[in-house]
Amino acid sequence: MKKARTEKTGMLRKAMILVTGIFLFVAACRKDPSITGGDIVNGEEDITFVVPQGWPAPIYNFQNNTLSNEGFELGRKLFYETRLSRDNSTSCGTCHQAFAAFAHADHGVSHGIDNRLGTRNSPPIFNLNWHPSFFWDGGVNHIESQPINPIQNPLEMDETIDNVVNKLKGDETYKAMFKNAFGDETVNSQRIFKALAQFMGMMVSANAKYDKYKRGEAGGEMTATELRGLNVFTNKCADCHKEPLFSDFSMRNNGLPSTAVNDSGRGHITHAIADLYKFKVPSLRNLKYTYPYMHDGRFTTLQQVLDYYTTSAHNSGTVDPLIGANGIALSAQDKGDLIEFLNTLNDESFVKDKRFHEVQ
Amino acid sequence: MRSIIFAFVVVALSVSGCRKKPDPVVPLTPIDTGGINVNDGHLQIVFENMVGSQPLQLNGPSYTNEAGNAFTVSAYKYYISNIKLWRADSTYFTETESYHLINEGLASSKSFLMHDVPLDDYTAITFMIGVDYDRNTTGAQTGALDPANAMFWDWNTGYIMAKIEGTSPGIPSGISFHMGGFEGKDAVMRIVTLQFPEDAKVNGIKTPGVHIKSDVLEWFKTPNLINFNTNNIITSAGPEAAKMADNYADMFTVSHVEN
Repeated sequence: MKKARTEKTGMLRKAMILVTGIFLFVAACRKDPSITGGDIVNGEEDITFVVPQGWPAPIYNFQNNTLSNEGFELGRKLFYETRLSRDNSTSCGTCHQAFAAFAHADHGVSHGIDNRLGTRNSPPIFNLNWHPSFFWDGGVNHIESQPINPIQNPLEMDETIDNVVNKLKGDETYKAMFKNAFGDETVNSQRIFKALAQFMGMMVSANAKYDKYKRGEAGGEMTATELRGLNVFTNKCADCHKEPLFSDFSMRNNGLPSTAVNDSGRGHITHAIADLYKFKVPSLRNLKYTYPYMHDGRFTTLQQVLDYYTTSAHNSGTVDPLIGANGIALSAQDKGDLIEFLNTLNDESFVKDKRFHEVQ
Repeated sequence: MRSIIFAFVVVALSVSGCRKKPDPVVPLTPIDTGGINVNDGHLQIVFENMVGSQPLQLNGPSYTNEAGNAFTVSAYKYYISNIKLWRADSTYFTETESYHLINEGLASSKSFLMHDVPLDDYTAITFMIGVDYDRNTTGAQTGALDPANAMFWDWNTGYIMAKIEGTSPGIPSGISFHMGGFEGKDAVMRIVTLQFPEDAKVNGIKTPGVHIKSDVLEWFKTPNLINFNTNNIITSAGPEAAKMADNYADMFTVSHVEN
C-alpha cells in the first residue's frame, strides 16, 4: 500500500517535471521579436500555415524551406523591393496589389519598367501552395522558381538575378534579415526565392462568405438568389472551376478569339498543336478585386464574361469540349444568379490582412 | 534519484529541441562508399575543351564542322553531375552534392577537386551531362545550380544542360544551341561512362588528376549530321535538342590520368 502510494507520488512528481520541461521547451523556443530585422505586425503570433478545413493537402508545404517569422518578414520586404527591377522602380507589389487580391487592378496586361507592356493579365496571388504550375501557360513548375520569370522578363522587371543579389548583399538591413532568417548574412538567390515563397505561400484566402457557409459559421447565410447561383455554378462551371480552390488548374482553350498578339498559350511551352491557345483555368475567388478578366484582361465586368460564354466559342481546333462550339447555355436569370453567387467568393479579410501589406 | 535523472533528461531534451534549425539549403545525398571507410582523399577532374585535335579558343580561329560549315565559338558551357568513381571490383564512390558547371570562359570552372574520396584505386568514371530531373523540379537551388549562372530557363522551368554560341558566315544571328528539356523522350541529359587508361590512385599523399577532353565537333557529327545552313538555333526542348544530345553523348574521352 505504502509502496503503491510512493509510486503514485513519484509518478506525479515526474508528471510535474515533464510539464515544466515542456513549458521550458516551448518558452525557450519562442522567437524573440526584437531580433528580427523587419517589423512583425503580429509580434506575438508565429507565422503558421494552416490548411483550411475541408481542403486537399497542398502541393507545397514549405518542404526544404522551414517557415519562420523571420523568413516570412524577409519575403515580405523582398516582395515590395523595387531594387528587384533594373531601374529600381518596380517591385512584385507594383503589379500585385494587396487591395486587388494581388492582381493589378484595372490593368489589362502587365505594365513593366520603361512603360513597357506585357501580353498577359497579371494574375492574383493567393492559395499558391495548391498550384501545380505557375503563369497562364503553366510553364513554371515550382513556387520557388516563379519569381525568376518576372524579374528577368524584359517587359516586366528586366533585371538579372546576379544584379539583384549584388544590389542587396551590401545592405545592412538585408544582411541582418538574412541572418535572422537563414543563420548567416549570405545573400543568394536561393534564399531570396525561399523567403519570397514563405511570404507568398502564406497568402491563403479561405474566408469568403461561401467558405463560412460551407463551414456552417455565422456570416455564411446565403440568400435564395445566391443559392440559385450556386446551383447554376455547380451544373455549368464547376468542372473546370473546381471547389474548393475554384480551379482544377488544368490548361484549356475557352474559345476566346485571337487578338493581334495571337498568344498561343500552353502551346508556347510544349510546341504541341494540341496545346495551342490553352491557358490555365483561373480561380473564381476574389473576382471583385481582380478585374479585368481573362488571360489578356479583355473583359472588365463579370456580365461581359458570362455574355461571352453564352456566345458561340471561336473554334481554333483546340476549344474545350466542355464549352464546345455553342458556348454554355445560361439564361439572363442564370447569369444574374451566378454573379450573386460569385460575389460570395470575395474574401475581404484576405485583402485587408495587414501581414501581407507593405511595411510602412 | 530516478526523478533527478528524469528531470535532467527532460531539461536536456528541451535544450536540444531548440537547436537552431539547419540552414534549409539543399538536401544532401548520402555518400555511397561501397563499404569502404571514408578518408579525406582527393581526386581532381580537369576538363579540356577541344575542337578536334586543337584546344578550343573562344572568339578565336574559324573551325569547320563535319558538314563543312565554318564557325567560331563565343561561349561553351555544360553541366557535369552525379559523378561516380568505379573500382575494379565494381563498387563505386558517389560524390555528394555532385553538380559542376564547366565554362570555357572561366578557367577556375574547368577543374575541380572531389573530396572525401575513399583511399583506393579507381578504374572508371560515370557522370551525367546535364542536371537530373529532381533538381529541375524542386525549386530554388544554389552553387553551380544557382539561376544567377544564367543556365536556367525562367519561362519554362529547367536548366540549360549545355550550350554553344558562336558565329558562322552567312548566318547573321550566329549559331546558338541551348540544350534543355529534362523529362520525357526529349530529355537531353546523357549518362557517360569512361574507362581510365590507368588507375587513378587516391592514396592520401598525392592527388591524382583525371583529364577529360570534350570535342565540340562531336555536337554536329554523329549520329545526326548538323548543317548550320538549316539548323543554327535551338533554344527550347524538343526532338531537335534530343538529337543534338545524342550527338554530344560521346564527345568525352579521358586523355590521361596523372598520379
